[in-house]
Amino acid sequence: MKDKVVHSVSDLKSIFKDNQKILAGGFGLSGSPLTVIDTIAQTDVKGLHVVSNNLGDHGIGLHKLFIQGQIDKAIGSFFTMNREAVIAWSEGKLDIELLPQGTLAEAIRCGGAGIGGFYTKTAVGTELAKGKEEREIDGERYIFEKAIKGDVAIIRAKTADRLGNLTYHTTARNFNPMMATAADIVIAEVDEIVEVGDLDPEVIVTPHVYVDYIIQTAYSKAGDQYVRA
Amino acid sequence: MSGLDVRAKIAKRIAEELEDGQVVNLGVGIPTLVASFMEGKQVFLQSENGLVGMGPPPSENELDIDLISAGKEPITITESASFFSSADSFAMIRGGHIDVAVLGILQINMKGEIANWAVPGQPILGVGGAMDLVVGAKKVIGAAMLFAKDGQAKIVEKLTYPTSGIRQIDLLVTEYAVFSFDNGEVVVNELLGHLTVEDLQQLLGIPLRQEVTL
Repeated sequence: MKDKVVHSVSDLKSIFKDNQKILAGGFGLSGSPLTVIDTIAQTDVKGLHVVSNNLGDHGIGLHKLFIQGQIDKAIGSFFTMNREAVIAWSEGKLDIELLPQGTLAEAIRCGGAGIGGFYTKTAVGTELAKGKEEREIDGERYIFEKAIKGDVAIIRAKTADRLGNLTYHTTARNFNPMMATAADIVIAEVDEIVEVGDLDPEVIVTPHVYVDYIIQTAYSKAGDQYVRA
Repeated sequence: MSGLDVRAKIAKRIAEELEDGQVVNLGVGIPTLVASFMEGKQVFLQSENGLVGMGPPPSENELDIDLISAGKEPITITESASFFSSADSFAMIRGGHIDVAVLGILQINMKGEIANWAVPGQPILGVGGAMDLVVGAKKVIGAAMLFAKDGQAKIVEKLTYPTSGIRQIDLLVTEYAVFSFDNGEVVVNELLGHLTVEDLQQLLGIPLRQEVTL
Protein backbone atom coordinates (compact mmCIF):
# COMPACT_ATOMS: atom_id res chain seq x y z
CA MET A 1 0.00 0.00 0.00
CA LYS A 2 1.10 3.56 -0.67
CA ASP A 3 3.10 5.15 2.15
CA LYS A 4 2.97 8.96 2.30
CA VAL A 5 5.28 9.33 5.27
CA VAL A 6 8.27 11.58 4.57
CA HIS A 7 11.23 10.56 6.69
CA SER A 8 13.30 13.70 6.53
CA VAL A 9 11.75 17.10 6.72
CA SER A 10 14.34 18.41 4.24
CA ASP A 11 12.73 16.19 1.59
CA LEU A 12 9.87 18.68 1.66
CA LYS A 13 12.00 21.70 0.77
CA SER A 14 11.68 21.27 -3.00
CA ILE A 15 7.89 21.56 -2.77
CA PHE A 16 8.10 25.24 -1.87
CA LYS A 17 8.66 27.82 -4.61
CA ASP A 18 8.64 31.59 -4.91
CA ASN A 19 5.25 33.35 -5.06
CA GLN A 20 3.18 30.33 -4.01
CA LYS A 21 -0.08 30.67 -2.13
CA ILE A 22 0.25 28.68 1.09
CA LEU A 23 -2.70 27.72 3.28
CA ALA A 24 -1.44 27.33 6.86
CA GLY A 25 -3.64 25.81 9.58
CA GLY A 26 -3.83 27.08 13.13
CA PHE A 27 -5.62 29.46 15.46
CA GLY A 28 -2.75 31.25 17.10
CA LEU A 29 -0.19 28.49 17.57
CA SER A 30 -2.81 25.84 18.34
CA GLY A 31 -2.96 23.57 15.30
CA SER A 32 -0.11 25.35 13.54
CA PRO A 33 2.31 23.12 11.54
CA LEU A 34 5.44 24.48 13.24
CA THR A 35 7.92 21.89 11.89
CA VAL A 36 6.91 22.43 8.26
CA ILE A 37 7.07 26.20 8.77
CA ASP A 38 10.62 25.81 10.15
CA THR A 39 11.47 23.94 6.96
CA ILE A 40 10.16 26.77 4.77
CA ALA A 41 12.22 29.15 6.92
CA GLN A 42 15.34 27.18 5.93
CA THR A 43 14.72 27.79 2.23
CA ASP A 44 15.26 30.95 0.16
CA VAL A 45 11.65 30.90 -0.97
CA LYS A 46 10.09 34.37 -1.05
CA GLY A 47 7.05 36.29 -2.22
CA LEU A 48 4.68 33.91 -0.44
CA HIS A 49 0.99 34.65 -0.09
CA VAL A 50 -0.07 33.08 3.17
CA VAL A 51 -3.68 32.29 4.06
CA SER A 52 -3.97 31.80 7.81
CA ASN A 53 -6.12 33.13 10.64
CA ASN A 54 -3.08 34.79 12.28
CA LEU A 55 0.62 35.25 11.57
CA GLY A 56 2.28 33.25 14.35
CA ASP A 57 3.80 34.62 17.49
CA HIS A 58 7.17 35.86 18.86
CA GLY A 59 9.52 34.23 16.39
CA ILE A 60 7.60 30.97 16.25
CA GLY A 61 5.36 29.67 13.46
CA LEU A 62 4.50 31.97 10.54
CA HIS A 63 6.02 34.90 12.41
CA LYS A 64 9.42 33.37 11.57
CA LEU A 65 8.70 33.50 7.81
CA PHE A 66 7.40 37.00 8.14
CA ILE A 67 10.50 38.28 10.00
CA GLN A 68 12.70 36.74 7.30
CA GLY A 69 10.79 38.65 4.64
CA GLN A 70 9.42 35.54 2.93
CA ILE A 71 5.78 36.69 3.08
CA ASP A 72 4.48 39.36 0.66
CA LYS A 73 0.80 39.05 1.47
CA ALA A 74 -1.22 37.74 4.40
CA ILE A 75 -4.88 36.78 4.03
CA GLY A 76 -6.61 36.15 7.34
CA SER A 77 -8.87 37.51 10.07
CA PHE A 78 -6.73 38.76 12.94
CA PHE A 79 -3.26 40.29 12.65
CA THR A 80 -3.62 43.05 15.24
CA MET A 81 -1.66 41.24 17.94
CA ASN A 82 1.36 40.96 15.70
CA ARG A 83 3.09 44.30 16.19
CA GLU A 84 5.75 43.80 13.49
CA ALA A 85 3.04 42.88 10.97
CA VAL A 86 1.21 46.10 11.78
CA ILE A 87 4.43 48.10 11.26
CA ALA A 88 5.33 46.27 8.02
CA TRP A 89 1.82 46.88 6.71
CA SER A 90 1.98 50.61 7.51
CA GLU A 91 5.36 50.83 5.73
CA GLY A 92 3.89 49.10 2.68
CA LYS A 93 6.12 46.03 3.06
CA LEU A 94 3.28 43.64 3.72
CA ASP A 95 -0.01 43.41 1.86
CA ILE A 96 -2.92 42.37 4.07
CA GLU A 97 -6.35 41.13 3.07
CA LEU A 98 -8.65 41.05 6.06
CA LEU A 99 -11.68 38.73 6.08
CA PRO A 100 -14.16 37.99 8.87
CA GLN A 101 -13.14 34.68 10.42
CA GLY A 102 -16.27 32.86 9.29
CA THR A 103 -15.86 34.17 5.76
CA LEU A 104 -12.24 33.00 5.72
CA ALA A 105 -13.26 29.51 6.90
CA GLU A 106 -16.12 29.21 4.42
CA ALA A 107 -14.05 30.54 1.49
CA ILE A 108 -11.49 27.77 2.08
CA ARG A 109 -14.24 25.16 2.50
CA CYS A 110 -15.70 26.26 -0.84
CA GLY A 111 -12.26 26.23 -2.45
CA GLY A 112 -11.94 22.56 -1.59
CA ALA A 113 -15.52 21.70 -2.49
CA GLY A 114 -15.64 22.93 -6.08
CA ILE A 115 -17.72 26.00 -5.23
CA GLY A 116 -16.66 29.30 -6.84
CA GLY A 117 -17.89 31.54 -4.05
CA PHE A 118 -20.84 32.27 -1.80
CA TYR A 119 -23.15 35.01 -0.53
CA THR A 120 -22.98 35.88 3.16
CA LYS A 121 -24.68 38.41 5.43
CA THR A 122 -21.47 38.86 7.39
CA ALA A 123 -19.84 42.28 6.86
CA VAL A 124 -22.72 43.77 4.83
CA GLY A 125 -22.58 47.56 5.20
CA THR A 126 -19.06 47.56 6.66
CA GLU A 127 -15.63 48.58 5.36
CA LEU A 128 -14.87 44.93 4.64
CA ALA A 129 -17.72 44.84 2.09
CA LYS A 130 -16.18 47.60 -0.04
CA GLY A 131 -15.87 46.63 -3.70
CA LYS A 132 -17.79 43.41 -3.18
CA GLU A 133 -20.93 42.52 -5.13
CA GLU A 134 -24.09 42.87 -3.05
CA ARG A 135 -27.46 41.26 -3.72
CA GLU A 136 -30.74 40.83 -1.94
CA ILE A 137 -32.00 37.32 -1.23
CA ASP A 138 -35.45 36.88 0.33
CA GLY A 139 -35.40 40.49 1.51
CA GLU A 140 -31.98 40.38 3.17
CA ARG A 141 -28.67 41.87 2.03
CA TYR A 142 -25.74 39.59 1.23
CA ILE A 143 -22.25 40.11 -0.20
CA PHE A 144 -20.35 37.82 -2.54
CA GLU A 145 -17.12 36.25 -1.36
CA LYS A 146 -14.82 34.27 -3.64
CA ALA A 147 -13.55 30.82 -2.71
CA ILE A 148 -9.90 30.45 -1.68
CA LYS A 149 -7.54 27.78 -3.00
CA GLY A 150 -3.83 27.33 -2.43
CA ASP A 151 -0.81 25.83 -4.15
CA VAL A 152 0.26 24.10 -0.94
CA ALA A 153 -1.62 23.47 2.32
CA ILE A 154 0.42 22.85 5.46
CA ILE A 155 -1.75 21.45 8.21
CA ARG A 156 -1.44 20.03 11.73
CA ALA A 157 -3.23 16.91 12.92
CA LYS A 158 -2.93 14.48 15.83
CA THR A 159 -2.66 11.03 14.31
CA ALA A 160 -2.13 9.92 10.71
CA ASP A 161 -2.08 6.44 9.29
CA ARG A 162 0.51 5.84 6.56
CA LEU A 163 -2.06 6.52 3.87
CA GLY A 164 -3.00 9.94 5.30
CA ASN A 165 -6.25 9.44 7.21
CA LEU A 166 -6.18 12.09 9.94
CA THR A 167 -7.60 12.72 13.41
CA TYR A 168 -7.31 16.02 15.27
CA HIS A 169 -6.81 17.13 18.86
CA THR A 170 -9.24 19.49 20.66
CA THR A 171 -9.26 23.10 19.35
CA ALA A 172 -6.10 22.42 17.32
CA ARG A 173 -8.53 21.23 14.61
CA ASN A 174 -9.70 24.76 13.63
CA PHE A 175 -8.88 25.55 9.95
CA ASN A 176 -6.94 22.35 9.25
CA PRO A 177 -9.71 20.09 7.88
CA MET A 178 -10.81 22.67 5.27
CA MET A 179 -7.26 23.56 4.27
CA ALA A 180 -6.59 19.86 3.70
CA THR A 181 -9.15 19.95 0.88
CA ALA A 182 -8.23 23.24 -0.78
CA ALA A 183 -4.67 23.00 -2.15
CA ASP A 184 -2.81 21.16 -4.92
CA ILE A 185 -0.29 19.70 -2.47
CA VAL A 186 -1.19 18.90 1.15
CA ILE A 187 1.40 18.27 3.87
CA ALA A 188 0.15 17.02 7.25
CA GLU A 189 2.35 17.38 10.34
CA VAL A 190 1.31 14.95 13.07
CA ASP A 191 2.12 13.78 16.59
CA GLU A 192 1.83 10.12 15.77
CA ILE A 193 1.94 7.87 12.70
CA VAL A 194 0.16 4.51 12.81
CA GLU A 195 -0.46 1.63 10.42
CA VAL A 196 -3.43 1.59 8.06
CA GLY A 197 -6.30 -0.08 9.92
CA ASP A 198 -5.24 1.18 13.33
CA LEU A 199 -7.55 4.22 13.23
CA ASP A 200 -11.24 3.76 13.96
CA PRO A 201 -12.98 4.90 10.72
CA GLU A 202 -15.58 6.67 12.89
CA VAL A 203 -12.99 9.10 14.30
CA ILE A 204 -11.21 9.99 11.06
CA VAL A 205 -12.00 13.64 10.22
CA THR A 206 -9.85 14.06 7.09
CA PRO A 207 -9.94 11.07 4.71
CA HIS A 208 -6.60 10.14 3.09
CA VAL A 209 -7.71 11.24 -0.40
CA TYR A 210 -6.77 14.83 0.46
CA VAL A 211 -3.31 14.23 1.92
CA ASP A 212 -0.06 13.95 -0.07
CA TYR A 213 2.71 13.93 2.53
CA ILE A 214 2.90 13.10 6.24
CA ILE A 215 5.65 14.29 8.53
CA GLN A 216 6.26 13.59 12.22
CA THR A 217 6.28 16.81 14.23
CA ALA A 218 9.51 17.90 15.90
CA TYR A 219 7.58 19.89 18.51
CA SER A 220 6.10 18.86 21.83
CA LYS A 221 4.11 20.70 24.46
CA ALA A 222 5.91 21.77 27.62
CA GLY A 223 3.62 23.65 29.97
CA ASP A 224 2.50 26.81 28.21
CA GLN A 225 4.94 26.50 25.29
CA TYR A 226 5.59 24.50 22.15
CA VAL A 227 9.22 23.39 22.15
CA ARG A 228 11.27 21.88 19.37
CA ALA A 229 13.10 18.68 20.32
CA MET B 1 -16.08 51.35 42.44
CA SER B 2 -12.85 50.36 40.73
CA GLY B 3 -12.82 49.58 37.02
CA LEU B 4 -12.60 45.92 37.89
CA ASP B 5 -15.71 46.06 40.07
CA VAL B 6 -17.61 47.94 37.38
CA ARG B 7 -16.74 45.30 34.79
CA ALA B 8 -17.83 42.54 37.17
CA LYS B 9 -21.10 44.35 37.87
CA ILE B 10 -21.89 44.52 34.15
CA ALA B 11 -20.95 40.86 33.66
CA LYS B 12 -23.14 39.77 36.59
CA ARG B 13 -26.15 41.63 35.21
CA ILE B 14 -25.66 40.04 31.79
CA ALA B 15 -25.47 36.59 33.39
CA GLU B 16 -29.02 37.18 34.69
CA GLU B 17 -30.19 37.41 31.06
CA LEU B 18 -28.99 33.91 30.24
CA GLU B 19 -31.30 30.93 30.56
CA ASP B 20 -30.81 27.23 31.20
CA GLY B 21 -30.04 25.26 28.07
CA GLN B 22 -28.91 28.21 25.95
CA VAL B 23 -25.89 28.09 23.68
CA VAL B 24 -23.91 31.25 24.35
CA ASN B 25 -20.85 32.85 22.79
CA LEU B 26 -18.88 35.23 25.01
CA GLY B 27 -16.56 37.74 23.37
CA VAL B 28 -13.31 38.96 24.88
CA GLY B 29 -13.16 41.57 27.66
CA ILE B 30 -16.19 42.07 29.93
CA PRO B 31 -18.14 39.27 28.16
CA THR B 32 -15.54 36.70 29.24
CA LEU B 33 -16.26 37.61 32.88
CA VAL B 34 -19.91 36.58 32.45
CA ALA B 35 -18.83 32.93 32.78
CA SER B 36 -17.96 33.44 36.45
CA PHE B 37 -21.55 34.49 37.33
CA MET B 38 -23.44 31.52 35.91
CA GLU B 39 -23.47 29.27 38.91
CA GLY B 40 -26.57 27.09 39.08
CA LYS B 41 -27.34 27.63 35.39
CA GLN B 42 -26.62 25.15 32.64
CA VAL B 43 -25.43 27.27 29.76
CA PHE B 44 -23.36 25.80 26.91
CA LEU B 45 -20.48 28.08 25.99
CA GLN B 46 -19.47 28.12 22.32
CA SER B 47 -15.95 29.11 21.39
CA GLU B 48 -15.56 30.24 17.76
CA ASN B 49 -12.34 28.28 17.29
CA GLY B 50 -14.33 25.05 17.31
CA LEU B 51 -15.94 24.03 20.59
CA VAL B 52 -19.28 23.90 22.38
CA GLY B 53 -18.86 23.12 26.07
CA MET B 54 -16.08 25.42 27.19
CA GLY B 55 -15.14 25.07 30.86
CA PRO B 56 -13.13 27.24 33.27
CA PRO B 57 -9.35 27.83 33.02
CA PRO B 58 -7.24 24.73 33.75
CA SER B 59 -5.20 23.95 36.83
CA GLU B 60 -1.48 23.63 36.17
CA ASN B 61 -1.60 19.85 35.66
CA GLU B 62 -4.68 20.06 33.41
CA LEU B 63 -3.02 22.60 31.07
CA ASP B 64 -3.04 21.67 27.37
CA ILE B 65 -2.02 24.63 25.20
CA ASP B 66 -3.78 23.20 22.15
CA LEU B 67 -7.05 23.68 24.03
CA ILE B 68 -7.75 27.41 23.97
CA SER B 69 -10.56 29.95 23.87
CA ALA B 70 -11.18 32.49 21.11
CA GLY B 71 -9.05 34.86 23.21
CA LYS B 72 -6.24 32.25 22.96
CA GLU B 73 -6.33 31.56 26.70
CA PRO B 74 -6.05 27.97 28.00
CA ILE B 75 -9.42 26.44 28.93
CA THR B 76 -10.99 23.14 29.96
CA ILE B 77 -14.06 21.38 28.55
CA THR B 78 -17.30 20.26 30.18
CA GLU B 79 -18.64 16.70 29.98
CA SER B 80 -21.03 17.56 27.14
CA ALA B 81 -18.31 19.16 25.00
CA SER B 82 -17.80 18.63 21.28
CA PHE B 83 -15.11 19.82 18.88
CA PHE B 84 -15.51 20.88 15.23
CA SER B 85 -13.73 22.81 12.51
CA SER B 86 -13.76 26.59 12.03
CA ALA B 87 -16.08 26.20 9.00
CA ASP B 88 -18.57 24.23 11.11
CA SER B 89 -18.20 26.71 13.95
CA PHE B 90 -19.10 29.68 11.79
CA ALA B 91 -21.88 27.76 10.04
CA MET B 92 -23.25 27.38 13.57
CA ILE B 93 -22.78 31.09 14.25
CA ARG B 94 -24.05 32.55 10.95
CA GLY B 95 -26.76 29.91 10.65
CA GLY B 96 -28.64 31.15 13.71
CA HIS B 97 -27.80 28.27 16.06
CA ILE B 98 -26.28 30.41 18.82
CA ASP B 99 -28.93 31.66 21.26
CA VAL B 100 -26.98 34.59 22.67
CA ALA B 101 -23.76 36.38 21.76
CA VAL B 102 -22.34 38.74 24.37
CA LEU B 103 -20.03 41.25 22.71
CA GLY B 104 -17.86 44.07 23.94
CA ILE B 105 -18.66 47.30 22.14
CA LEU B 106 -16.74 50.48 21.39
CA GLN B 107 -19.73 52.49 20.16
CA ILE B 108 -23.43 51.99 19.54
CA ASN B 109 -25.82 54.29 17.70
CA MET B 110 -29.44 55.06 18.56
CA LYS B 111 -30.68 52.25 16.31
CA GLY B 112 -28.53 49.72 18.14
CA GLU B 113 -25.91 49.27 15.39
CA ILE B 114 -22.54 48.59 16.95
CA ALA B 115 -18.87 49.26 16.28
CA ASN B 116 -16.59 46.78 18.01
CA TRP B 117 -13.67 45.86 15.78
CA ALA B 118 -11.64 48.90 14.75
CA VAL B 119 -10.60 52.34 15.94
CA PRO B 120 -10.42 55.32 13.54
CA GLY B 121 -6.89 56.43 12.67
CA GLN B 122 -5.38 53.08 13.55
CA PRO B 123 -4.56 50.29 11.08
CA ILE B 124 -7.49 47.95 10.54
CA LEU B 125 -5.81 44.60 10.75
CA GLY B 126 -8.03 42.43 12.87
CA VAL B 127 -11.70 41.52 12.79
CA GLY B 128 -11.83 37.90 14.00
CA GLY B 129 -15.36 36.57 14.46
CA ALA B 130 -16.99 39.85 15.52
CA MET B 131 -18.98 40.48 12.33
CA ASP B 132 -20.14 36.86 12.03
CA LEU B 133 -21.50 36.93 15.59
CA VAL B 134 -23.29 40.23 14.99
CA VAL B 135 -25.22 38.87 12.00
CA GLY B 136 -25.76 35.33 13.21
CA ALA B 137 -26.65 35.08 16.90
CA LYS B 138 -30.38 34.96 17.74
CA LYS B 139 -29.86 37.57 20.43
CA VAL B 140 -26.94 39.97 20.78
CA ILE B 141 -26.17 41.62 24.12
CA GLY B 142 -23.62 44.43 24.18
CA ALA B 143 -21.39 44.86 27.21
CA ALA B 144 -19.63 48.13 27.91
CA MET B 145 -18.80 50.79 30.42
CA LEU B 146 -21.00 53.70 29.37
CA PHE B 147 -18.13 56.14 28.89
CA ALA B 148 -14.74 55.61 27.26
CA LYS B 149 -11.52 56.47 29.14
CA ASP B 150 -11.51 59.92 27.49
CA GLY B 151 -15.03 60.57 28.79
CA GLN B 152 -16.79 60.12 25.43
CA ALA B 153 -20.20 58.44 25.66
CA LYS B 154 -20.43 55.10 23.87
CA ILE B 155 -24.07 55.63 22.87
CA VAL B 156 -23.93 58.12 19.99
CA GLU B 157 -26.24 59.60 17.39
CA LYS B 158 -23.96 58.52 14.59
CA LEU B 159 -21.11 56.00 14.71
CA THR B 160 -17.68 57.56 14.24
CA TYR B 161 -16.00 54.16 14.57
CA PRO B 162 -16.32 51.63 11.70
CA THR B 163 -19.58 49.69 11.95
CA SER B 164 -19.60 45.94 12.66
CA GLY B 165 -22.72 45.42 10.56
CA ILE B 166 -26.26 46.59 9.92
CA ARG B 167 -27.87 44.30 12.50
CA GLN B 168 -29.33 46.11 15.51
CA ILE B 169 -28.48 44.51 18.82
CA ASP B 170 -31.07 43.58 21.41
CA LEU B 171 -29.69 44.88 24.68
CA LEU B 172 -26.83 46.99 25.99
CA VAL B 173 -25.75 46.47 29.59
CA THR B 174 -23.63 49.21 31.21
CA GLU B 175 -22.81 50.01 34.82
CA TYR B 176 -25.55 52.69 34.98
CA ALA B 177 -28.42 51.15 33.04
CA VAL B 178 -29.73 48.44 30.76
CA PHE B 179 -30.71 49.87 27.38
CA SER B 180 -32.70 48.53 24.45
CA PHE B 181 -33.23 50.02 21.01
CA ASP B 182 -36.61 50.56 19.39
CA ASN B 183 -36.77 52.08 15.88
CA GLY B 184 -34.15 54.72 16.54
CA GLU B 185 -35.27 55.37 20.11
CA VAL B 186 -32.99 54.48 23.00
CA VAL B 187 -34.97 52.89 25.82
CA VAL B 188 -33.82 52.70 29.44
CA ASN B 189 -35.10 49.36 30.74
CA GLU B 190 -33.44 49.34 34.12
CA LEU B 191 -31.29 51.63 36.21
CA LEU B 192 -28.28 50.01 37.87
CA GLY B 193 -26.48 52.90 39.51
CA HIS B 194 -27.11 56.18 41.28
CA LEU B 195 -27.92 58.12 38.10
CA THR B 196 -31.51 58.87 37.10
CA VAL B 197 -32.84 58.75 33.54
CA GLU B 198 -32.65 62.57 33.49
CA ASP B 199 -28.99 62.43 34.58
CA LEU B 200 -28.21 59.91 31.86
CA GLN B 201 -30.03 61.97 29.24
CA GLN B 202 -27.94 64.98 30.14
CA LEU B 203 -24.64 63.09 30.19
CA LEU B 204 -25.33 61.30 26.91
CA GLY B 205 -26.90 64.30 25.17
CA ILE B 206 -29.52 62.15 23.47
CA PRO B 207 -33.22 61.61 24.15
CA LEU B 208 -34.01 58.53 26.22
CA ARG B 209 -37.35 56.78 26.57
CA GLN B 210 -38.01 55.63 30.07
CA GLU B 211 -39.46 52.20 30.59
CA VAL B 212 -37.95 51.56 33.96
CA THR B 213 -39.87 49.32 36.26
CA LEU B 214 -39.20 50.71 39.71
